[in-house]
Amino acid sequence: MERRRRTANKHLFPPLNEYAVNLYNSAGQVVHVMFEFFTPALWSPYVAGAGIGVLSCLAFLLSDRPIGCSTAFVKARGLIGKAINPVSVISKEYYREIVPQVDWAFMIIPGIIIGAFISAFISGQFHVFWVPSLWGEAFGYNPLLRIAVALAGGMLLGFGARWAGGCTSGHGINGSIQLSLASIITACCFFAGGIATALVLFRVIGA
Amino acid sequence: MFVTLHKNKNAQIVLGLLFGIMFGFLLQKGGVTDYNVITGQLLLTDFTVMKLMLSAVIVGMIGFHLLKHFGYVQSHAAAGSIGSNVIGGLIFGVGFALLGYCPGTVAGAVGTGALDALFGGMVGLLIGAGLFAEVYPSIRSRVLVWGKLPAVTVPEFLHLNLWIVIGLMEVFMIGFLVLLESYRL
Repeated sequence: MERRRRTANKHLFPPLNEYAVNLYNSAGQVVHVMFEFFTPALWSPYVAGAGIGVLSCLAFLLSDRPIGCSTAFVKARGLIGKAINPVSVISKEYYREIVPQVDWAFMIIPGIIIGAFISAFISGQFHVFWVPSLWGEAFGYNPLLRIAVALAGGMLLGFGARWAGGCTSGHGINGSIQLSLASIITACCFFAGGIATALVLFRVIGA
Repeated sequence: MFVTLHKNKNAQIVLGLLFGIMFGFLLQKGGVTDYNVITGQLLLTDFTVMKLMLSAVIVGMIGFHLLKHFGYVQSHAAAGSIGSNVIGGLIFGVGFALLGYCPGTVAGAVGTGALDALFGGMVGLLIGAGLFAEVYPSIRSRVLVWGKLPAVTVPEFLHLNLWIVIGLMEVFMIGFLVLLESYRL
Protein backbone atom coordinates (compact mmCIF):
# COMPACT_ATOMS: atom_id res chain seq x y z
CA MET A 1 0.00 0.00 0.00
CA GLU A 2 2.76 2.38 1.06
CA ARG A 3 4.84 1.24 -1.86
CA ARG A 4 2.05 1.70 -4.38
CA ARG A 5 1.34 5.25 -3.23
CA ARG A 6 4.98 6.18 -3.43
CA THR A 7 5.17 4.75 -6.97
CA ALA A 8 2.11 6.70 -7.98
CA ASN A 9 3.60 9.91 -6.64
CA LYS A 10 6.91 9.11 -8.25
CA HIS A 11 5.11 8.93 -11.55
CA LEU A 12 3.81 12.46 -11.11
CA PHE A 13 6.84 14.27 -9.66
CA PRO A 14 9.72 11.83 -9.64
CA PRO A 15 12.84 13.74 -8.46
CA LEU A 16 11.16 16.22 -6.12
CA ASN A 17 9.16 13.54 -4.42
CA GLU A 18 12.19 11.34 -3.71
CA TYR A 19 13.92 14.34 -2.25
CA ALA A 20 10.90 15.20 -0.12
CA VAL A 21 10.63 11.64 1.20
CA ASN A 22 14.30 11.60 2.13
CA LEU A 23 14.01 14.99 3.79
CA TYR A 24 10.90 13.87 5.61
CA ASN A 25 12.61 10.72 6.89
CA SER A 26 15.74 12.46 8.10
CA ALA A 27 13.74 15.28 9.68
CA GLY A 28 11.65 12.63 11.40
CA GLN A 29 14.80 11.05 12.73
CA VAL A 30 16.11 14.36 14.05
CA VAL A 31 12.78 15.08 15.73
CA HIS A 32 12.81 11.56 17.20
CA VAL A 33 16.33 11.98 18.59
CA MET A 34 15.45 15.40 20.00
CA PHE A 35 12.28 14.02 21.52
CA GLU A 36 14.22 11.20 23.17
CA PHE A 37 16.55 13.77 24.71
CA PHE A 38 13.72 15.81 26.20
CA THR A 39 11.40 13.02 27.43
CA PRO A 40 13.44 11.07 30.01
CA ALA A 41 12.14 11.61 33.53
CA LEU A 42 15.40 13.18 34.66
CA TRP A 43 18.71 14.39 33.33
CA SER A 44 21.92 14.15 35.24
CA PRO A 45 21.97 17.06 37.73
CA TYR A 46 25.32 18.02 36.18
CA VAL A 47 23.72 18.50 32.75
CA ALA A 48 20.73 20.43 34.11
CA GLY A 49 23.03 22.50 36.34
CA ALA A 50 25.39 23.36 33.48
CA GLY A 51 22.33 24.41 31.47
CA ILE A 52 21.26 26.71 34.31
CA GLY A 53 24.79 28.18 34.35
CA VAL A 54 24.50 29.00 30.63
CA LEU A 55 20.98 30.37 31.15
CA SER A 56 22.22 32.64 33.95
CA CYS A 57 24.90 34.10 31.67
CA LEU A 58 22.27 34.70 28.97
CA ALA A 59 20.08 36.53 31.49
CA PHE A 60 22.96 38.85 32.40
CA LEU A 61 23.64 39.41 28.70
CA LEU A 62 20.10 39.91 27.36
CA SER A 63 18.29 41.28 30.43
CA ASP A 64 21.13 42.76 32.51
CA ARG A 65 19.98 41.00 35.66
CA PRO A 66 20.48 37.87 37.74
CA ILE A 67 17.83 35.14 37.64
CA GLY A 68 16.14 35.55 41.02
CA CYS A 69 12.78 34.31 42.20
CA SER A 70 11.84 35.92 45.52
CA THR A 71 11.32 39.46 44.13
CA ALA A 72 8.34 38.14 42.15
CA PHE A 73 6.51 37.31 45.37
CA VAL A 74 6.90 40.89 46.64
CA LYS A 75 5.55 42.20 43.33
CA ALA A 76 2.67 39.73 43.30
CA ARG A 77 1.83 40.51 46.94
CA GLY A 78 1.92 44.24 46.13
CA LEU A 79 -0.36 43.77 43.10
CA ILE A 80 -2.86 41.80 45.18
CA GLY A 81 -2.70 44.48 47.87
CA LYS A 82 -3.21 47.23 45.29
CA ALA A 83 -6.33 45.50 43.99
CA ILE A 84 -7.80 45.42 47.50
CA ASN A 85 -6.57 48.71 48.98
CA PRO A 86 -4.30 50.84 46.74
CA VAL A 87 -3.41 53.36 49.47
CA SER A 88 -1.96 50.72 51.80
CA VAL A 89 0.52 49.62 49.12
CA ILE A 90 1.52 53.03 47.75
CA SER A 91 2.29 54.29 51.26
CA LYS A 92 4.72 51.45 52.00
CA GLU A 93 8.39 52.20 51.56
CA TYR A 94 9.30 48.66 50.45
CA TYR A 95 6.93 48.79 47.47
CA ARG A 96 8.61 51.99 46.31
CA GLU A 97 11.90 50.06 46.13
CA ILE A 98 10.41 46.89 44.64
CA VAL A 99 7.59 48.24 42.48
CA PRO A 100 4.55 45.95 42.18
CA GLN A 101 4.23 45.62 38.40
CA VAL A 102 4.29 42.93 35.73
CA ASP A 103 7.90 42.94 34.52
CA TRP A 104 10.85 40.57 33.99
CA ALA A 105 11.20 39.79 37.70
CA PHE A 106 7.47 39.06 37.97
CA MET A 107 7.22 36.87 34.86
CA ILE A 108 9.93 34.47 35.98
CA ILE A 109 7.50 32.66 38.34
CA PRO A 110 4.68 31.94 35.80
CA GLY A 111 7.51 30.94 33.45
CA ILE A 112 8.93 28.41 35.92
CA ILE A 113 5.47 26.90 36.50
CA ILE A 114 4.97 26.49 32.73
CA GLY A 115 8.50 25.17 32.09
CA ALA A 116 8.35 22.62 34.91
CA PHE A 117 4.87 21.56 33.74
CA ILE A 118 6.11 20.99 30.16
CA SER A 119 9.10 19.01 31.43
CA ALA A 120 7.00 16.87 33.78
CA PHE A 121 4.17 16.40 31.30
CA ILE A 122 6.26 15.22 28.31
CA SER A 123 8.07 12.71 30.50
CA GLY A 124 4.82 11.44 32.02
CA GLN A 125 5.69 12.60 35.53
CA PHE A 126 2.89 15.11 36.04
CA HIS A 127 0.58 14.02 38.84
CA VAL A 128 -1.49 15.96 41.34
CA PHE A 129 -0.80 15.23 45.02
CA TRP A 130 -1.14 16.88 48.43
CA VAL A 131 1.54 15.18 50.53
CA PRO A 132 5.06 14.24 49.31
CA SER A 133 6.13 10.70 50.25
CA LEU A 134 9.11 11.59 52.48
CA TRP A 135 6.83 13.82 54.57
CA GLY A 136 4.03 11.25 54.54
CA GLU A 137 6.28 8.44 55.81
CA ALA A 138 7.46 10.53 58.76
CA PHE A 139 4.34 12.53 59.67
CA GLY A 140 1.44 10.78 57.95
CA TYR A 141 -0.56 11.66 54.86
CA ASN A 142 -2.96 14.17 56.45
CA PRO A 143 -3.07 17.04 53.93
CA LEU A 144 -4.07 19.60 56.57
CA LEU A 145 -0.94 19.04 58.67
CA ARG A 146 1.27 19.18 55.58
CA ILE A 147 -0.36 22.38 54.28
CA ALA A 148 -0.13 24.05 57.71
CA VAL A 149 3.60 23.34 58.01
CA ALA A 150 4.20 24.25 54.34
CA LEU A 151 2.37 27.54 54.90
CA ALA A 152 4.52 28.35 57.94
CA GLY A 153 7.62 27.35 55.96
CA GLY A 154 6.58 29.49 53.00
CA MET A 155 6.06 32.51 55.25
CA LEU A 156 9.52 32.16 56.82
CA LEU A 157 11.00 31.55 53.36
CA GLY A 158 9.47 34.69 51.88
CA PHE A 159 10.29 36.77 54.95
CA GLY A 160 13.86 35.45 55.15
CA ALA A 161 14.52 35.78 51.42
CA ARG A 162 13.56 39.46 51.47
CA TRP A 163 15.50 40.01 54.71
CA ALA A 164 18.60 38.54 53.04
CA GLY A 165 17.85 40.22 49.69
CA GLY A 166 17.57 37.07 47.59
CA CYS A 167 16.96 33.33 47.43
CA THR A 168 18.67 30.10 46.39
CA SER A 169 18.89 31.25 42.78
CA GLY A 170 19.45 34.99 43.29
CA HIS A 171 22.14 34.59 45.96
CA GLY A 172 22.97 30.88 45.81
CA ILE A 173 23.60 30.55 42.07
CA ASN A 174 23.74 34.00 40.50
CA GLY A 175 25.42 35.82 43.39
CA SER A 176 28.04 33.08 43.67
CA ILE A 177 28.63 33.28 39.90
CA GLN A 178 29.52 36.96 40.39
CA LEU A 179 31.77 36.03 43.35
CA SER A 180 29.64 38.20 45.64
CA LEU A 181 30.88 37.77 49.21
CA ALA A 182 27.42 38.55 50.66
CA SER A 183 25.76 35.98 48.37
CA ILE A 184 28.18 33.18 49.24
CA ILE A 185 27.74 33.86 52.98
CA THR A 186 23.94 33.95 52.50
CA ALA A 187 23.94 30.64 50.59
CA CYS A 188 25.93 28.98 53.40
CA CYS A 189 23.34 30.30 55.92
CA PHE A 190 20.43 28.96 53.79
CA PHE A 191 21.91 25.48 54.03
CA ALA A 192 23.12 25.79 57.64
CA GLY A 193 19.62 26.79 58.77
CA GLY A 194 17.98 24.27 56.43
CA ILE A 195 20.12 21.30 57.44
CA ALA A 196 19.77 22.03 61.18
CA THR A 197 15.97 22.40 60.91
CA ALA A 198 15.53 19.33 58.67
CA LEU A 199 17.60 17.17 61.03
CA VAL A 200 15.52 18.29 64.05
CA LEU A 201 12.29 17.81 62.07
CA PHE A 202 13.02 14.33 60.70
CA ARG A 203 15.59 12.85 63.08
CA VAL A 204 14.19 14.16 66.40
CA ILE A 205 10.49 15.09 66.03
CA GLY A 206 9.53 12.68 63.25
CA ALA A 207 11.91 9.85 64.23
CA MET B 1 25.78 45.77 24.50
CA PHE B 2 22.03 45.15 24.10
CA VAL B 3 21.22 48.38 25.95
CA THR B 4 18.18 49.04 23.76
CA LEU B 5 16.95 45.52 24.53
CA HIS B 6 17.51 46.05 28.26
CA LYS B 7 15.36 49.21 28.12
CA ASN B 8 12.55 47.67 26.05
CA LYS B 9 9.98 46.91 28.76
CA ASN B 10 7.72 44.69 26.65
CA ALA B 11 10.62 42.68 25.28
CA GLN B 12 11.88 42.17 28.84
CA ILE B 13 8.46 40.92 29.97
CA VAL B 14 8.60 38.30 27.20
CA LEU B 15 12.23 37.48 28.02
CA GLY B 16 11.35 37.08 31.70
CA LEU B 17 8.69 34.55 30.78
CA LEU B 18 11.05 32.70 28.40
CA PHE B 19 13.88 32.60 30.95
CA GLY B 20 11.36 31.33 33.51
CA ILE B 21 10.17 28.57 31.17
CA MET B 22 13.72 27.40 30.46
CA PHE B 23 14.70 27.68 34.13
CA GLY B 24 11.62 25.72 35.22
CA PHE B 25 12.27 23.09 32.57
CA LEU B 26 15.88 22.63 33.74
CA LEU B 27 14.91 22.60 37.43
CA GLN B 28 12.36 19.84 36.81
CA LYS B 29 14.73 17.84 34.58
CA GLY B 30 17.45 18.21 37.21
CA GLY B 31 15.11 16.67 39.79
CA VAL B 32 15.08 19.62 42.21
CA THR B 33 11.36 20.44 41.96
CA ASP B 34 10.79 17.27 44.01
CA TYR B 35 10.19 17.70 47.78
CA ASN B 36 11.96 14.40 48.48
CA VAL B 37 15.11 15.48 46.63
CA ILE B 38 15.37 18.86 48.37
CA THR B 39 14.61 17.43 51.82
CA GLY B 40 17.07 14.61 51.07
CA GLN B 41 19.73 17.26 50.50
CA LEU B 42 18.94 18.97 53.82
CA LEU B 43 19.10 15.56 55.55
CA LEU B 44 22.42 14.95 53.73
CA THR B 45 21.17 11.72 52.14
CA ASP B 46 20.75 13.00 48.54
CA PHE B 47 23.23 15.47 47.03
CA THR B 48 21.33 16.26 43.81
CA VAL B 49 20.70 19.89 44.84
CA MET B 50 24.38 20.43 45.62
CA LYS B 51 25.43 18.83 42.31
CA LEU B 52 23.02 20.96 40.29
CA MET B 53 23.88 24.23 42.04
CA LEU B 54 27.64 23.70 41.90
CA SER B 55 27.48 22.73 38.18
CA ALA B 56 25.55 25.92 37.49
CA VAL B 57 28.11 28.00 39.40
CA ILE B 58 31.08 26.19 37.80
CA VAL B 59 29.79 26.99 34.29
CA GLY B 60 28.25 30.37 35.09
CA MET B 61 31.24 31.78 36.96
CA ILE B 62 33.58 31.34 33.98
CA GLY B 63 30.94 32.45 31.48
CA PHE B 64 29.95 35.55 33.45
CA HIS B 65 33.52 36.75 34.05
CA LEU B 66 34.54 36.16 30.42
CA LEU B 67 31.52 38.18 29.27
CA LYS B 68 32.33 40.85 31.84
CA HIS B 69 35.98 40.93 30.76
CA PHE B 70 34.90 41.75 27.20
CA GLY B 71 32.37 44.33 28.42
CA TYR B 72 29.16 42.45 27.55
CA VAL B 73 27.75 42.24 31.09
CA GLN B 74 28.12 44.16 34.34
CA SER B 75 28.32 42.99 37.94
CA HIS B 76 25.25 43.26 40.16
CA ALA B 77 27.05 42.18 43.32
CA ALA B 78 26.14 44.48 46.20
CA ALA B 79 27.68 45.09 49.60
CA GLY B 80 26.08 42.95 52.30
CA SER B 81 25.96 42.77 56.07
CA ILE B 82 25.84 40.18 58.81
CA GLY B 83 22.48 41.61 59.93
CA SER B 84 20.92 41.16 56.51
CA ASN B 85 22.65 38.15 54.97
CA VAL B 86 23.31 35.91 57.99
CA ILE B 87 20.06 36.55 59.89
CA GLY B 88 17.95 36.54 56.71
CA GLY B 89 19.76 33.45 55.44
CA LEU B 90 19.08 31.53 58.67
CA ILE B 91 15.36 32.53 58.72
CA PHE B 92 15.19 31.39 55.10
CA GLY B 93 16.89 28.11 56.04
CA VAL B 94 14.24 27.27 58.67
CA GLY B 95 11.49 27.96 56.12
CA PHE B 96 13.40 26.01 53.47
CA ALA B 97 13.36 22.86 55.64
CA LEU B 98 9.72 23.24 56.79
CA LEU B 99 8.46 23.80 53.25
CA GLY B 100 10.92 21.54 51.42
CA TYR B 101 11.10 23.92 48.47
CA CYS B 102 12.74 27.29 47.80
CA PRO B 103 11.08 30.27 46.05
CA GLY B 104 12.01 29.03 42.54
CA THR B 105 11.52 25.30 43.02
CA VAL B 106 8.18 25.86 44.79
CA ALA B 107 6.87 27.29 41.50
CA GLY B 108 8.43 24.36 39.63
CA ALA B 109 6.77 21.92 42.02
CA VAL B 110 3.39 23.56 41.33
CA GLY B 111 4.02 22.84 37.64
CA THR B 112 4.55 19.15 38.42
CA GLY B 113 1.26 18.96 40.36
CA ALA B 114 2.34 19.53 44.00
CA LEU B 115 -0.63 21.08 45.80
CA ASP B 116 1.31 21.56 49.05
CA ALA B 117 3.63 23.82 47.04
CA LEU B 118 0.67 25.78 45.66
CA PHE B 119 -1.61 26.19 48.70
CA GLY B 120 1.12 26.05 51.36
CA GLY B 121 4.32 27.30 49.75
CA MET B 122 3.22 29.95 47.28
CA VAL B 123 0.53 31.39 49.57
CA GLY B 124 3.02 31.41 52.46
CA LEU B 125 5.64 33.18 50.33
CA LEU B 126 3.14 35.91 49.43
CA ILE B 127 2.23 36.39 53.10
CA GLY B 128 5.92 36.35 54.15
CA ALA B 129 6.89 38.91 51.51
CA GLY B 130 3.99 41.12 52.66
CA LEU B 131 5.07 40.82 56.31
CA PHE B 132 8.57 41.87 55.35
CA ALA B 133 7.19 44.97 53.62
CA GLU B 134 5.48 45.80 56.96
CA VAL B 135 8.61 45.55 59.09
CA TYR B 136 11.03 46.93 56.48
CA PRO B 137 10.91 50.63 57.55
CA SER B 138 11.76 49.76 61.15
CA ILE B 139 14.74 47.49 60.32
CA ARG B 140 16.06 49.20 57.18
CA SER B 141 18.62 51.43 58.85
CA ARG B 142 19.04 49.23 61.93
CA VAL B 143 19.54 45.45 61.83
CA LEU B 144 19.82 45.22 58.03
CA VAL B 145 22.98 47.32 58.02
CA TRP B 146 24.46 45.84 61.18
CA GLY B 147 27.94 44.32 60.70
CA LYS B 148 28.72 45.57 57.20
CA LEU B 149 30.88 43.15 55.21
CA PRO B 150 34.37 44.47 54.47
CA ALA B 151 34.21 43.84 50.70
CA VAL B 152 31.73 43.34 47.86
CA THR B 153 33.43 40.42 46.10
CA VAL B 154 35.62 37.51 47.19
CA PRO B 155 38.73 38.73 45.25
CA GLU B 156 38.41 42.14 46.95
CA PHE B 157 38.04 40.43 50.32
CA LEU B 158 41.09 38.21 49.80
CA HIS B 159 43.12 40.91 47.99
CA LEU B 160 43.80 38.42 45.21
CA ASN B 161 43.65 38.63 41.42
CA LEU B 162 40.16 37.87 40.04
CA TRP B 163 41.31 35.04 37.76
CA ILE B 164 43.34 33.37 40.52
CA VAL B 165 40.23 33.37 42.74
CA ILE B 166 38.12 31.97 39.89
CA GLY B 167 40.72 29.25 39.29
CA LEU B 168 40.81 28.33 42.97
CA MET B 169 37.00 28.31 43.29
CA GLU B 170 36.64 26.13 40.19
CA VAL B 171 39.21 23.62 41.48
CA PHE B 172 37.51 23.59 44.90
CA MET B 173 34.01 23.09 43.45
CA ILE B 174 35.05 20.41 40.93
CA GLY B 175 37.10 18.70 43.65
CA PHE B 176 34.07 18.67 45.95
CA LEU B 177 31.91 17.06 43.22
CA VAL B 178 34.59 14.46 42.48
CA LEU B 179 34.69 13.68 46.21
CA LEU B 180 30.87 13.31 46.31
CA GLU B 181 30.99 10.89 43.36
CA SER B 182 33.89 8.90 44.80
CA TYR B 183 31.81 8.32 47.94
CA ARG B 184 28.81 7.50 45.70
CA LEU B 185 26.73 10.24 47.31
